[in-house]
Amino acid sequence: MSTLVFLVPLALALGAGALGAFLWSLRSGQYDDLDGAAHRILLDDEKDHGPKG
Amino acid sequence: MTCCAPGADTAARYGAGPTPDEIRLASRDLGDGLRQTDLSVPEAHCAACISKIEGGLGELPDVEHARLNLSTRRVTVKWRGDTPPPLIETLAAAGYSAHLFEPGEDQSDPQLSRLIRSLGVAGFCAMNIMLLSVSIWSGADPATRQAFHWISAALALPALLYSGQVFFRSAWGALQHGQTNMDVPISIGICLAFGLSLYDTFHHGAHAYFDAATTLIFFLLCGRTLDYVMRERARQAVRGLMRLSPRGATVMRADGTREYLPIGEIEPGMVLLVPAGERIPVDARVENGRSDIDEAIATGESAPRAVATGSTVQAGTLNLTGPLTLVATARADNSFLAEMVRLMEAAEGGRARYRRLADRAARLYSPVVHLTAFLTFVGWALSTGNWHLSISVAIAVLIITCPCALGLAVPIVQVVAARRLFENGIMVKDGSGLERLAEIDSVVFDKTGTLTLGAPRLRSSGTNDPAVLGIAAALAAQSLHPMSRAIVAGLGDMRAEAPVISAAVEHPGLGVEAEINGRLYRLGRSAWAAGKDQPGTVLACDGHPLTSFTFEDVLRPGAAEAVQALQEAGLAVEILSGDHRDAVATTARRLGIERFEAGVLPAEKVAHLEELSSKGCRTLMVGDGLNDAPALAAAHVSMAPASAADIGRNAADFVFLHESLDAVPLALDVAREAGKLIRQNFALAIIYNAIALPIAIAGFVTPLIAAVAMSLSSVLVVGNALRLKGGRTKTRNLEQDDREPSQSRMVVVR
Repeated sequence: MSTLVFLVPLALALGAGALGAFLWSLRSGQYDDLDGAAHRILLDDEKDHGPKG
Repeated sequence: MTCCAPGADTAARYGAGPTPDEIRLASRDLGDGLRQTDLSVPEAHCAACISKIEGGLGELPDVEHARLNLSTRRVTVKWRGDTPPPLIETLAAAGYSAHLFEPGEDQSDPQLSRLIRSLGVAGFCAMNIMLLSVSIWSGADPATRQAFHWISAALALPALLYSGQVFFRSAWGALQHGQTNMDVPISIGICLAFGLSLYDTFHHGAHAYFDAATTLIFFLLCGRTLDYVMRERARQAVRGLMRLSPRGATVMRADGTREYLPIGEIEPGMVLLVPAGERIPVDARVENGRSDIDEAIATGESAPRAVATGSTVQAGTLNLTGPLTLVATARADNSFLAEMVRLMEAAEGGRARYRRLADRAARLYSPVVHLTAFLTFVGWALSTGNWHLSISVAIAVLIITCPCALGLAVPIVQVVAARRLFENGIMVKDGSGLERLAEIDSVVFDKTGTLTLGAPRLRSSGTNDPAVLGIAAALAAQSLHPMSRAIVAGLGDMRAEAPVISAAVEHPGLGVEAEINGRLYRLGRSAWAAGKDQPGTVLACDGHPLTSFTFEDVLRPGAAEAVQALQEAGLAVEILSGDHRDAVATTARRLGIERFEAGVLPAEKVAHLEELSSKGCRTLMVGDGLNDAPALAAAHVSMAPASAADIGRNAADFVFLHESLDAVPLALDVAREAGKLIRQNFALAIIYNAIALPIAIAGFVTPLIAAVAMSLSSVLVVGNALRLKGGRTKTRNLEQDDREPSQSRMVVVR
C-alpha cells in the first residue's frame, strides 16, 4: 500500500505529462502538415527559404 | 528530381491569371506593412516541390516568408509593399500552376482541434482508469479498491465534463428540436454510469463503472474525429480548386481613372473593362468591343456566342477573344449567379428532410432500451423491494446497451468508404451523401461539361501538308477561342514547321489573321477568311482556302462505360441539358441514352427533379454548370466534376477530381457496399444486445463484463467496416492519384 502512494501519483503525473506534450504539440501546429513533415526530412537545408526568424 | 514538373504549358493554358489587383484584394493585412497571400498549388506533391516552391518564392525581393503545406497543397506567402510580387508567374516558371485561395477560410479549424483535444483528454483518463480498474478486477483489498475508485472518479470527471460535451451538446440540440439522435442514449448512458459509480464509491460499493463511461467516450470520439478529419480533407480538396467567379473588376470612372473594385461594390451603370480570358463579374451590356463569350458554364450551351455593342452578357461567363467595355446592369446580388443561389435555397427542402441512418436507428433504439431499463427496475423493485439494487441493475442495463457499437456502426464504415473514394479522387462532403447515394434509382446527367468535356476536339484537318497545318497551329496558338485551342491541342507538334508569327490580330467572332512572308493568312469563319459562306473553320491564304477543320464534342473519358454500368445496375438514365436539341441528341445517341431533354432552363431542371421525387424516384444529379446548381441542390443526391462552377461544387454532395466519369458508378458501388456494411453492423449491434441484455436484466453484469463486452462489440464493428472492398482495385497508381487536382487546368480551356 505504501508503494502505491508514490507509484500511482507518479503514473498519473507521467500520463498527464504526455497529455500536456500532446496538447502543446497540437497547439504549436505540429499536426498541421503531416505529409509535408514526412517529406521535409529529405531536404538538405531549409534555412534559405524557411521561416526567417 | 523532375518528377513533378507539370510542364510550362500549364501556365499558358490558364490564360490570364489573377491580376495584381485581385491578389492584393485577396491578401490579408498582418499589420506592419506585411501582407499574407494564400495560393493553392494542386500539383505540389513531393520534397522537391517543397524546395522548388519555397526556394523560388523566397528569392523574390519583397517576399518575407513562404511555406508550403503539402497536406493541403497550399503555399502561404508573406510579403511587403504595395504591389504584390509576381507570385503566380514565379510558380509558373518553376512549373506549377497556382491560383488564389480564399482569404479567411484557412484559419485553423476550431472544431477539429476541439475534437482532438477532447480525444486526448478522454484517452488519458480512460487509459489511467483502465489501469486502476485492472488492479481492482484482479483482486485489490477493499482499502486499495476504495482509494482507486476515488482516483478513478477524479480522472473520469474531466473526461465527462470536457470530452463528453461533444455528445451532450448534440443530444441537447436534438432534444430542443423535439427529436432524438444517437447522442441522446449515449449521453444518458454515460451520465448514469458516472452517477451510479460516484454514489457507490461514496457508499464503499464493490463496483464502479468509471472505466466503462470513459472508454465509451474515448471510442466514440475516435470514430467522430476520424469522420470529421475525412470530411474536412475532402472539403479542403474541394476548396483548393480554382475559383471560377471573379473577385472584382476594373472599373473606369467618368474622369477616365481606373480602379479595381471588389465585386460587391460594383453598382449598375458603372463602366467595366474586361480583358480577354477573364470572367464577366456581373450581368452587363456591351458598350464597346467585340468578342466571343463562352457560356457553357452558365447555360450549358457548348458553342461560344459572338457579342458586339448592345449585346447582354451574364455574370460568370468567360470572355474569350477580345477586350470588352461593359456597362453593369445589375448588382452582384441581383445577377444571374445570385438568382441561381436563390433557386438553390428554395430547392434545398428535399435534402434537409433526409434523416441520417444513425438517427433513424436511434429513434427506434432509445425507447426500446429505456423502456427495458425501466421495466427491469420495476421488476427488481417488485421482487426484491431493494431500491438501490434495482436502480443498480437498471443502470447496468443502460450501460451495457449504451450504443457504443451502434454509435460506431455508421461513422466507421463511412470513414473507410470516404477514404476509398478519396484515393480515387472522389470527395465526399458529407456522410449522409453516401447514405443517400446508396438509395438512388435514377440518374440525371447534364450534358455540357459533364457527359462531354465542354471543349471541342479537332476531328479532321482536311490536309496532311505539314507546312499548312503548322501555320494553322501557329495562328491558333494566338487565340483563346475553344476551337483554336482544339487546333493547338490536335496539331501542336506541327508548330515546329511554322514560321514565327510576329503580329497576329484576333477578330472576335471571326478568327485570327497574321502576315507571314508578305501573305495574309486567316484562320476562322469561312465567310470571313475565304469569302465563301460555308460552315466550319477554314485556313485561308490571301482569301484562298487552304484547308478546313471540323470539330466534335468530346465525350468525357469513361462516359460510355459509366452510362452502361449505371443502366446495367438497373438505374434510369436521362439527360437534362440547356444546349441545343441536335447537340444533346447526338450525345444521347452516342451514349445509348434514350430519354433526354434539351434547352432546359435552370428552374425547369429543378421542376423536373421535383416531379421525379414526387413520383417516388430518388435521383442522382450529375452536373457542372451554374445552371445546374439549383438542380444539384434539389436532387436526392448530387455529384459534380472538379471543373464545375463554384456554387455547383458547393451544392454537390460529391466532387470528383479525375476527368473520367467512372467516378459515378464507382461512387455508387462504394456507397451501396457501405450501406450493406452499415446494415451488417446494425445487425451485429443487435445480436450483441440480444446476448448482453438478458445477462444485464438478470443482474449478472459486473464492470469487468461490461468492459469486455463493450470493447469486443466495438472491435467487431470496426473490423467489419474494414472489409469494404469497392474501389480498391483502382488505387494502384498512386502517382496518378497524387496529381488529382490537375484537372482544374481544363477549367479555363473550356
